[in-house]
Amino acid sequence: MDFDFTPEEQAFRAEVREFLAENLPSRAERGRGFMGEWLRKVRDRRWVGFSWPEEYGGGAGSLTEQAILKEEMALAGAPPLGTSSMGLAWVGPGIIQYGTDEQKQRFIPDILDSKVNWCTGYSEPNHGSDLAAIQTKAERVGDHYVVNGQKIWTTGAPWADWIILLTRTAFEVERKHDGITCLLVPMDSPGIDVRPIENMAGDRNFAEVFFTDVQVPVENRLGEEGKGWAVTISSLANERSSIGEVTQMFAKLEALKNLVRSTKRQGKPAADDPAVRRRLGEFEAKIAAMKYNGLRYLTKQLRGEPLSSETSVNKLHRANLEIEMDDFAVELTGLAGVQLPGSDEAVDGGRWARSSLGWPSVVIGGGTPNIQRNIIAERILGLPKD
Amino acid sequence: MDFGFTDEQNLLREQVLRFMTDACPLSVVRAQNGGLPRELWQQAADLGWLALIVPEAHGGIGLKWVDLAVVLEESGRGLSPLPLVSQALAATAIGRCAGDDAKSEWLPKIAAGDAVFGVGLYDDATWIDAEGIRLSGGATLTGTKPFVSDATVATHLLLATRTGRELRLAIVDAEDATVTAQASIDRTKPFGSTTLDGIEPLAMFPISTDDLAYLTDCGAVAVTLEGIGAAEAVLALTTDYAKNRIQFDNPIGKYQGVKHRLADMFVDIESFKSLAYCATWAIDNAPDELPRAASLAKAYASDAFARIGIDGVGLHGAIGFTAEYDAQLYLKRSKWLRSAFGDADYHYQRAASLGGL
Ligand SMILES: Cc1cc2nc3c(=O)[nH]c(=O)nc-3n(C[C@H](O)[C@H](O)[C@H](O)COP(=O)(O)OP(=O)(O)OC[C@H]3O[C@@H](n4cnc5c(N)ncnc54)[C@H](O)[C@@H]3O)c2cc1C
Repeated sequence: MDFDFTPEEQAFRAEVREFLAENLPSRAERGRGFMGEWLRKVRDRRWVGFSWPEEYGGGAGSLTEQAILKEEMALAGAPPLGTSSMGLAWVGPGIIQYGTDEQKQRFIPDILDSKVNWCTGYSEPNHGSDLAAIQTKAERVGDHYVVNGQKIWTTGAPWADWIILLTRTAFEVERKHDGITCLLVPMDSPGIDVRPIENMAGDRNFAEVFFTDVQVPVENRLGEEGKGWAVTISSLANERSSIGEVTQMFAKLEALKNLVRSTKRQGKPAADDPAVRRRLGEFEAKIAAMKYNGLRYLTKQLRGEPLSSETSVNKLHRANLEIEMDDFAVELTGLAGVQLPGSDEAVDGGRWARSSLGWPSVVIGGGTPNIQRNIIAERILGLPKD
Repeated sequence: MDFGFTDEQNLLREQVLRFMTDACPLSVVRAQNGGLPRELWQQAADLGWLALIVPEAHGGIGLKWVDLAVVLEESGRGLSPLPLVSQALAATAIGRCAGDDAKSEWLPKIAAGDAVFGVGLYDDATWIDAEGIRLSGGATLTGTKPFVSDATVATHLLLATRTGRELRLAIVDAEDATVTAQASIDRTKPFGSTTLDGIEPLAMFPISTDDLAYLTDCGAVAVTLEGIGAAEAVLALTTDYAKNRIQFDNPIGKYQGVKHRLADMFVDIESFKSLAYCATWAIDNAPDELPRAASLAKAYASDAFARIGIDGVGLHGAIGFTAEYDAQLYLKRSKWLRSAFGDADYHYQRAASLGGL
């Protein structure tokens, strides 16, 4: 058991820090051209797609160095390494694992270069948690599939260039997991209709997406026909290392402590209130647990030991913390806590009030807590399916 | 970066597991009636477990707490009644704070198991602070020290004393003291109230408040490590029961009220396990980080295991309440663990202070 890094890994950390010192101005100093330049620079270093194979433009980096990179970036409060967030998170890895050579050449460089935005067309109005039951139909006609059906909650659909789409090509199947086919579809295809949905925070990031006789060339199929479920599973599993996330949560905890220091309740410093102090201790324990859980699971991966569904452990912590920390901040500061950005009485610019309306992205998207508990109970503990 | 155990540590783990299954199963644990199980103690000594963290120069093996962690986790899984934690604390305290003479005299005896140590740091059940130590130190000791861990099975006692601001640890021959067993919930964790009537300690050495905190933290980490094994054992017992007990035509483990609670237990155990490993690492490598790491681990484990102990019984239904069924033994351990070396509230408040509040 040791937390030491090899000299190469330490050198890599130093390189990242040096890069950040030179190339990451404070938020206030970031001008108009900053983001474009930032993206080009991190791309030049091959830090985008850090662990992807070199032949498609990836960095071929190790898991440990990837963790170091994520940690340092998060510590510095750096912007993302690319704007194609879903492309980088799971579409790219899915194409690398299941795509043809032609598909890799065609899609991977654009994801790495932040040239295209992807969205994810999995959920349907009647099939959310029970994803394998999807009904959007893809019918093979000559060298095309013809797609009809509806997706919903598709984040980024209003501005995405492409969608990774889960369709059903076979309806008479023994297991609902069979007969699913994954297609890569341009969002400007005739027959696609996007209707944004406003969420409770007032944002319009997700949308309904309707498909009417949309033609998709067969060469845009990812993986085999009828085997799309495997592609989906791998993409969900690709949300693995939570190391960058943990760093951000520690930063949020510090912000929460600052808030406590500057807050009085009933005329007395909140920092002296044992109930308040205890809550902060609990938050810290959970975030630290996430950190060290992550390192234990990373160690397993590095040693080539099989990981089961342990990542669900941190997902559950994250879901709880995401709700509880904002909620705590809002309650702590009374009626000032519910003021939104724009109000002259808003606490920390309304940060807490605003993010207290944002938790569903983390808590519901990507599998609800109940589903994570089912995964742990069934896959790790071996309990019967319900 | 490697946050896991070595092959040697995994072998040690298997060895302890085998010992607990073959020589010290729960039937044996249940049969204990308050004395030291001599034969088991001798076996533990022969296997080198008591010598693990004693330096080689003093007849030990010279390994670290991370190695000891494996022993504590696995012996905790079977609720071992051996005073392994007290023995480890005595080794740590003497190794860290005593003079060379005392080290040469006592460490080999600890390593060989010839001296069996009970440990009493604080006099007040709810006050973890030097000020809460009332037993006064001097050439002779007179007074009562309650809550001395393993006092009833020990040959020697390591007792914290305070005279003014001066803290000292005294090694006392258990036969010189009057030890009154204190009946408590968990019989596998005996302790006793110790009365001293002008007796001369066998050795005495000064410690700082930092040393006292360090020893308390080591104790907190040690019992948390035992708690990992114990909590995993209840989870396994209860999961197994949930797969086999049929109600309403289904195994009860099919119902989410049951299976989700078991999943949450898994989440909590994984989490305090990671925190406890981190704290163990800190004992060996980063004492500055120990207070925070120990507090986070002990706080999390105290609350989580307490609930796991309760639900381990509850999810069994009435059979869990019976004396014959093992779930209750773990519930008792969880209640003991909750208070030992500081409860969740103490440790969370401390974590907040250490975190700058
Ligand atoms: C902000 C946000 C962004 C999203 N982005 C995308 C996206 O880009 N692409 C995409 O495809 N989808 C996206 N989703 C959809 C998301 O994946 C689904 O919302 C999620 O899988 C749950 O499905 P559902 O909403 O249909 O709820 P349901 O599945 O209907 O669940 C409703 C409730 O029932 C519970 N439940 C369901 N089944 C069980 C069970 N077996 N046991 C116990 N409880 C159960 C759930 O936990 C939940 O509380 C997004 C969702 C959100 C909130």
